[in-house]
Amino acid sequence: MLEVTGLKKVYEGKSRTVEAVRDLTFTLDTGELVCLVGPSGCGKTTLLKCMSGLLEPTSGSVRLQGKEVDGPPPGMAIVFQEYGRSLFPWMSVRENVELPLKQKKVPSARRKQLVDESIAAVGLADSHSAYPWQLSGGMQQRVAIARAIAYEPQVLLMDEPFAAVDAQTRADLEDLIRSLWKQFQVTTLFVTHDIDEAVYLGQRVLILSKSPTVIRQDLAIDLPDERDQLHTRSSARFAELRAQVYSQIHRPREEQDAPVAAVAPAVAGQP
Amino acid sequence: MRVLRRIGFAVGLPVVLFALWWVTSASSTDFYFPPLSRIVDSLVEEWFGPRLADDVLPSLLRLAAGFFIAAVVGITLGVLIGTYKRLRDLLEPVLEFFRAIPPPVVVPILMLIFGIEDTMKIVVIAFGCMWPILLNTAEGVRAVDSVLSDTARTYRIDGVARLRNLILPAASPQIFAGLRQGLSVAIILMVISELFAASDGLGFAIVQAQRSFAIPEMWAGMLMLGLLGFLLSLLFRIVESRWLAWYHGLRRAQRAS
Repeated sequence: MLEVTGLKKVYEGKSRTVEAVRDLTFTLDTGELVCLVGPSGCGKTTLLKCMSGLLEPTSGSVRLQGKEVDGPPPGMAIVFQEYGRSLFPWMSVRENVELPLKQKKVPSARRKQLVDESIAAVGLADSHSAYPWQLSGGMQQRVAIARAIAYEPQVLLMDEPFAAVDAQTRADLEDLIRSLWKQFQVTTLFVTHDIDEAVYLGQRVLILSKSPTVIRQDLAIDLPDERDQLHTRSSARFAELRAQVYSQIHRPREEQDAPVAAVAPAVAGQP
Repeated sequence: MRVLRRIGFAVGLPVVLFALWWVTSASSTDFYFPPLSRIVDSLVEEWFGPRLADDVLPSLLRLAAGFFIAAVVGITLGVLIGTYKRLRDLLEPVLEFFRAIPPPVVVPILMLIFGIEDTMKIVVIAFGCMWPILLNTAEGVRAVDSVLSDTARTYRIDGVARLRNLILPAASPQIFAGLRQGLSVAIILMVISELFAASDGLGFAIVQAQRSFAIPEMWAGMLMLGLLGFLLSLLFRIVESRWLAWYHGLRRAQRAS
């Protein structure tokens, strides 16, 4: 479905070159919900931009359904962290959600259906005509999610979408992601720096090292499919998985040998 | 009640100034400073009489034409210059040069090229008020938010749709700032272009009144100009507040948080 192979990105500056991403290889299967977790500043955003065709990788490739990504591909939607800057402030909620569909030339009846459905799915059925800046941060991010869902993407990328909202809103939005994923069955890659969030949401968690970034481990999350904030998070298995991710991320730097880590993803299988 | 108080505040000072002028000039026998009552008579009889169609209207039509051309050219060039860095590097020195030329001095030159009829006056107005529009537009286009721009790209919004849904709305606050500056320049140039070799217009009529010692009419012409400028900027503010309602709302929301 989505294959990332040997991805490397080096920023060439005047005075110094920064190797943001060293060597990343992983795949996403159709219908999967995978979380990508890594420490702050580990090149997650760089990776996401390369995957979405906004940035050109230095080497390696990204393939979406067998087709090489060399610019924003048609079947991809992204939810950015900065909800306040990713919605068009001169458009109402409805217009924001509808615009990509117009661009995609979806017939108007189908468009209306998709827009209604997705706005209802994120719980904003009352706010069609509101402007984004009239809504709270969490609601704005819901609009961005509705826009992505309505687009019917083959793959949905989320770049730390809840990093800027408060804890309670965040928990609600996490549950929203799980329920939307079940309802619409969109293949989703969820990028976060929050270990708990990654374990709670994902079927699989890809653990990244510090920059220059490699994959430390591809960890299957064998928690039950029905998850809820109260019981899942207090279960013993959740604590174990969480500890495992934590120890991988904070493993001392000496052990961080690129070749070893790069091989790691092959070890853990599909869930 | 609140509204009444605001209106009272807004018109308070003008009313006081007007009354002061009225009282102090009432018994004036100075030829050059006639009583305000005579100026107002002339304003009503002449300027809101035959001169409205003979002089005010032609001036306003030229103003509208010049301003419209400047807006179209300024916004188009501004979008191009704001979008393509290469083009900006190429044109910047030339633009800086042209911008530095005070528009009134191009009047004699343009007279040679376009004659002394309406075309010349419209070109003068357009030339002068294009710069603030162009430069503000370019600045606004250059400052389009990077996340918003990435969002548009990932949803493959490009070409005309990108211009219509992203670039122009995003730059519209700056475009309006440019248009507002341009409008006040346009009014000045409207008058100046009529001071040379003209046969009608506000500027022409005021100079003619002065030369033929029709002093109250000259003063009335000045009042008429002030009034016009005031009404035009009021009209502009109404249009702007409608068009940029989202922007003012956004700013209020940002200030509140």
